[in-house]
Amino acid sequence: MTTDVQRLTVVTERQTAGVKTRKRLLSILAHVLLVGASILMLYPLLWMLSSSLRPENEIFTSTSLWPSAISLDSYFRGWNGLRLSFGTFFVNSFTIAVLAIIGNLATCSLAAFAFARLEFWGRGFWFAMMLATLMLPYQVTLIPQYVLFHNLGWVNTFLPLVVPKFLAADGFFIFLMVQFFRGIPKELDEAAMMDGCSPWRIYWKILLPLSTPVLATAAIFTFIWTWDDFFGPLIYLSDIRTYTVMLGLRTFVDSSAQSDWGGLFAMSILSLLPIFLFFLFFQRLLIEGIATTGMKR
Amino acid sequence: MGRAVSPSFWSQLWSRNAGGYLFLLPWFLGFFGLTLGPMISSLYLSFTNFDLLTAPDWVGPANYVRIFTSDPKFSASMRVTLFFVVFSVPLKLAFALGVALLLNRGMKGLPLYRAVFYLPSLLGASVAIAVLWRQLFAGDGVVNDALAIFGIKGPAWISNPNYSLWTLVVLSIWQFGSPMIIFLAGLRQIPVDMYEAASLDGASKWRQFWKITLPLLTPVVFFNFIIQTIEAFKSFTPAFIISGGTGNPINSTLFYTLYLYQEAFSFFRMGYASALAWILLAIVGFFTAFSFLTSKYWVHYDD
Repeated sequence: MTTDVQRLTVVTERQTAGVKTRKRLLSILAHVLLVGASILMLYPLLWMLSSSLRPENEIFTSTSLWPSAISLDSYFRGWNGLRLSFGTFFVNSFTIAVLAIIGNLATCSLAAFAFARLEFWGRGFWFAMMLATLMLPYQVTLIPQYVLFHNLGWVNTFLPLVVPKFLAADGFFIFLMVQFFRGIPKELDEAAMMDGCSPWRIYWKILLPLSTPVLATAAIFTFIWTWDDFFGPLIYLSDIRTYTVMLGLRTFVDSSAQSDWGGLFAMSILSLLPIFLFFLFFQRLLIEGIATTGMKR
Repeated sequence: MGRAVSPSFWSQLWSRNAGGYLFLLPWFLGFFGLTLGPMISSLYLSFTNFDLLTAPDWVGPANYVRIFTSDPKFSASMRVTLFFVVFSVPLKLAFALGVALLLNRGMKGLPLYRAVFYLPSLLGASVAIAVLWRQLFAGDGVVNDALAIFGIKGPAWISNPNYSLWTLVVLSIWQFGSPMIIFLAGLRQIPVDMYEAASLDGASKWRQFWKITLPLLTPVVFFNFIIQTIEAFKSFTPAFIISGGTGNPINSTLFYTLYLYQEAFSFFRMGYASALAWILLAIVGFFTAFSFLTSKYWVHYDD
């Protein structure tokens, strides 16, 4: 009897040991796969970075990632590669992005507060309308908007890119903020309402101060999307003094790509740098923002 | 009595609703001025010839007739776009789900892997990445250099009409990070005890995937599918940069949005472009409605 039990435990121990080694092998295999995939994913980016740091004659002579010597020449050449320096384009892009952030935070949070907290006739209907605009391809409103801004004399200014943000046109952020506001206990503003607080004071003094995470997420995504935006600047900005970084890059491709890939890569790397920094420092916010609302990128 | 009631009725109506509508004021201005108004206006323009400088000239359904009967660029761009959607979306989602499943096994270093896989989808929309792609897949680009190591002589991917569109599909798959994160969040919602119960009953991992993971994940799959498909239909920048705005070689990268852009802003045929836009809306709308209607047959919702 005892021997039977002993034999049994030995067998199960042997089995669990087998399962354990199998599990370990599987996990090693998974890591190998993931590391391989990671290298493949990052290789293009690293290659562009290293190409931008190579001496000019060396760019296409190797697929290796390590330059034989580090040189910043490409950066200086690229910076002044167009009629105006990239400094102008960076200032323009930052200006547009900062204004867009202010507009989105101010007006999307107002709308989100109304949808999440206030009772009024037609709320469900307007909320559905707002969600419907999320699905709308922008091409359907593009041409009349262009005509409108053209007639207002706004072409070649930042206004067509910035004013819509002050009219809560990015429904996505309204949705994001509504989701967040709904998570804040309603008792807080009901108590304040009892004390005679106006909706404005509740919005300004209670909800907004509790909403810094969602405001930060919205600000970062607004920055990234505005920074990356190519189509808007492409149709509204044709004077080189108003160019954004993305338009500068595009002009660079068309004008001198064949002769100066180094300069083009250097400017490309610089254009990605602000987004990369946000990624580095606010990764958690970005990933949570995507996971909770299912953002597109 | 009506007289006695109405002042308080109106003041009540005001006091109950004014707050909400005041907070929504900027959004209303945007909704009517930048969305609904322009939508109606572009529907009208789609029945006109309009070059921005002279007043729109009503031509009835002529634009639509020409689009559907005698516009080879329309059918070319439609083919290109559908090809792109049909190949890039399922492949991208398959990668996203595959990697998410792998990471969800309680892997060590999950945050690091997740970050690495997410980075391309964060950067990918940039012109800079399209520029990079143009070089990677050029005839003398890095991809061919790498293939040469194995003795393979690759074609000039970008300028060969047989492959140019595939480079854009690959670019899209490379950005599988954000649907992956949504899949990961969805996988975490599945209760662990379901798997424990299943393994006690002797169900294999493979069976567990088909019987537990996938059914419970269908809402997330559905969501990702809709979002990515609409995004794929709207994709513009990579094709524009890689083809230098032309959609060439031989229209092989002429995305629908690129064709629309050319009509509107290169040739200033704004009426025609508006018709193209409404056709796009109809396609996206039809696709979305169809997906929602069929979703009850394959999307699993908790009751």
